[in-house]
Amino acid sequence: MSEPIPTTDERGELHGFVAEFDDVTSVTRAARAVRDAGYQKFDVYSPFPIHGIERAMGLRSTHLPWIVLVCGVSGLGLALLLQYWTNAVDYPFKISGKPLFGIPANIPITFEVTVLLSAFAAFFGMFVLNKLPEHHHALFEHPRFRRATDDGFFLAIEAGDTRFDSKRTRELLQSLTQHPVVACHAARGGDHAPSWIRVGGIAVALIALLPLAAAVAARTGDTTKPAFHIVNDMDSQARFRAQVANPVFADGRAMRPDPAGTVAFDGLIEDPVVLTGKRGDAWTTTMPVAVDARVLARGRERFGIYCAPCHGGAGYGDGLVANRAKDLQEPNWVPPASLHDTLVRGRALGQLFDTVRNGVRTMPAYGRQMSVEDSWAVVAYVRALQRSQNGTPADVPEAKQAELGAR
Amino acid sequence: MGSAHGPISVGSAGTQSRGEVWTRPVLVDGDQSLGAVTRRVCDVVEAPKPPRAWYIAITISASLTLMLFGMVVYLIATGVGVWGNTNPVFWGWDIVNFVFWVGIAHAGTLISAILFLLRQKWRTSVNRAAEAMTLFAVCCAGMYPAIHVGRIWVAYWLFPLPNQMQMWPNFRSPLLWDVFAVSTYATVSLLFWYMGLVPDLATLRDRAVTPLRRRLYGFFALGWRGSARHWQRFERAYLILAALATPLVLSVHSVVSFDFAVSQVPGWHTTIFPPYFVAGAIFSGFAMVVTIMVPARELFGLRDLVTMKHLENMNKVILATGSMVGLAYATEFFIAWYGGNAFERFTFLNRALGPYAWAYWIMIFCNVVAPQFFWSKSIRTNPWLMVGVCILVNVGMWFERFVIVVTSLSRDYLPSAWGYFKPTPIDICTFIGTLGLFFTLFLLFCRYLPMVAIAEVKTVLPDAHAHDEHGHAGGAAHGRSPEVQHV
Ligand code: HEC
Repeated sequence: MSEPIPTTDERGELHGFVAEFDDVTSVTRAARAVRDAGYQKFDVYSPFPIHGIERAMGLRSTHLPWIVLVCGVSGLGLALLLQYWTNAVDYPFKISGKPLFGIPANIPITFEVTVLLSAFAAFFGMFVLNKLPEHHHALFEHPRFRRATDDGFFLAIEAGDTRFDSKRTRELLQSLTQHPVVACHAARGGDHAPSWIRVGGIAVALIALLPLAAAVAARTGDTTKPAFHIVNDMDSQARFRAQVANPVFADGRAMRPDPAGTVAFDGLIEDPVVLTGKRGDAWTTTMPVAVDARVLARGRERFGIYCAPCHGGAGYGDGLVANRAKDLQEPNWVPPASLHDTLVRGRALGQLFDTVRNGVRTMPAYGRQMSVEDSWAVVAYVRALQRSQNGTPADVPEAKQAELGAR
Repeated sequence: MGSAHGPISVGSAGTQSRGEVWTRPVLVDGDQSLGAVTRRVCDVVEAPKPPRAWYIAITISASLTLMLFGMVVYLIATGVGVWGNTNPVFWGWDIVNFVFWVGIAHAGTLISAILFLLRQKWRTSVNRAAEAMTLFAVCCAGMYPAIHVGRIWVAYWLFPLPNQMQMWPNFRSPLLWDVFAVSTYATVSLLFWYMGLVPDLATLRDRAVTPLRRRLYGFFALGWRGSARHWQRFERAYLILAALATPLVLSVHSVVSFDFAVSQVPGWHTTIFPPYFVAGAIFSGFAMVVTIMVPARELFGLRDLVTMKHLENMNKVILATGSMVGLAYATEFFIAWYGGNAFERFTFLNRALGPYAWAYWIMIFCNVVAPQFFWSKSIRTNPWLMVGVCILVNVGMWFERFVIVVTSLSRDYLPSAWGYFKPTPIDICTFIGTLGLFFTLFLLFCRYLPMVAIAEVKTVLPDAHAHDEHGHAGGAAHGRSPEVQHV
């Protein structure tokens, strides 16, 4: 045969010997022979996966399924954690009284994320284990190697194999094929992408990080400026603002005065005590309107609608809204006062009326939702409520006090 | 080499009873050599000029795509008011078209994944094109949810990203499930498609005559060189992806159906929706594959690879799924009556006899009656007749979504809130534009990428198998040499 070939020469480092075959049968036979000769660093190249070649070559099965399993399981865990943390911890979603975290409703997303991460693992895992992309390889220097993606079959024994011997290895291969065995060299110095591509790539990657950095800065820093909106479509609306000129109207004013004959809200009530709850400068301590069972019933109903959500049905400050805020531990929440505080019980009727109409400190005003009559009805009901929760034996009519003791 | 595909006994020696003989099916026609398959597929991509019909088709479809872009820009600049969506039908053509395209997108992954797991080898000739079609249909589908939100610049709220409102999306809402399902599906389909493409891109790289082609195909071929170790992991990864994509493909249209089924609108709130949607999706997807594969194989001379057998098999799937869809329609009606819910009964009578009866009966004719023609072998194996039936099926499946979305919304519980939905010209042009986008992408794909999975088709050729023994018997007969175990 030929002279032993030095492992490096002017063509670069010797990669190995390559034999060419014409069909599956001969390359499979050759792979088995090379395996039986004890070589380990050799590989078969074919245009399609050859059934059974991994046995002929003595290949171990791949770790890929395990990688996929690990990624799939982490996908499952991550998805559950994400849903739990975002919807039950960081921003609890209360929907129709359902539990904050329940497996059935969270299954679809858990499933999708599991599949997604497993697919990433299968795809990227395969290429990473195969050490691809590798755009330049010694075998591509082989003049006929491009047939490996068409109709040719190749077997290469690498120079790195412990049993590699430039003479005997070549003879072994030559005995298996009638095509000439070719020595392949790794191109010297390699062939790298031009430097401008790499510099440009790094620059683009850095620029791509800028928006993220800006978002992180905005999320973590403190500022007195209003929130930054990229598209401020909500700020510029097609309407006239107050105090600007409007050519549509003859008088050129955008803010329209009341049409003639308009009566202001509650404008028909003339008694200032009924309207304001004040007698002169002081709060009234008597009801300026008549109170009967019908008015109290009305007050109870309005109270249930407008006050109970915060103050609770019995007025202890334990309404649904208050309880939810307590559950969420809202930091800026001022709990609604208990209507049975001594202080509140001591308020004059007029002041209660004013609280309902105009709100007090953090409590909103209800004057716009309720008519004056209804507001007085609520006041009457609140007073009744206070009496009901703070009764003493002395409140019971004398005639009935004996019955009290009997109980 | 070259000994044809005679009867071959199969299985490792001893496991098979003697005399049992299995003939390897012939899956492609014409020249069966490896090189011939490479040439036939690559010639399409390497021909200096595509057929004239290609130019005509791409001119039309690219103009429609431009129109689509115009419509989308107009929509974003103006607001969703340019569509016909209004009280009480707030889900109009946007959702109809979204579901229509997602449904079509199901055939590709079904062919590549489920038929792969079922070892239906005939799929190798059609899976590449079907997967590409999946991706393009997902593009058209995915566009709609993005643009229909109106303020598209805050569409990122759909994803769990930290934002200035310190809020998170509601993970128990079907609409969010939908976001995850469709985007996962798009991603996995892309990976699946690209992975299968890599060896074929390497083939194109190695055949390239101009440096530009060699670099471009070479870049995306990632240096693939057909190593047996690589193929081993490749095949394993492919199998895993197929196993993952199979439940995924079933989940996606189930989740899409949850958008409806989890609500309480009569006609939507039914448990039959997930299976019924999935059957419909496969039905419409296969119809689309046949619709575009028949002209493509004629135009690019791939008749030997995509044979009549392939088309016939797909038509059988269409017949089967079409009948399932028909059964689902009947079941819905029965349950509406049997369930005794007055609103449900009304909804179904309203579908068949109400103001949208025309749409309902188009749907019934196209989806239930038309595929029945495939019982006849002569129709199912005639290219132009089958395209006719498949186009009808596509029309029918569009109307199915229209009937579901619009009839239920236009007349639900309160008669005082009833209405009649009318699309605007913008709606119509946007939809036609998505057809343009779909066909543009598909035509580009036909011209620049291998339309048939070259490496995969080679595995079903007679030359793919060793002749002195059978792959299964390979290593076992010779035993494993222990020192090579731990490579
Ligand atoms: C949105 C919740 C909310 C609703 C609804 C509400 N309140 Fe209050 N209320 C409060 C809060 C909070 C306070 C304590 C305000 C503070 O100390 O800053 C309060 C305080 C009061 C007080 C004590 C004020 C004082 O004199 O110190 C009265 C009386 C009262 N509410 C009556 C009513 C009545 C009557 C209604 C129904 C018309 C009502 N509230 C509805 C939240 C509410």
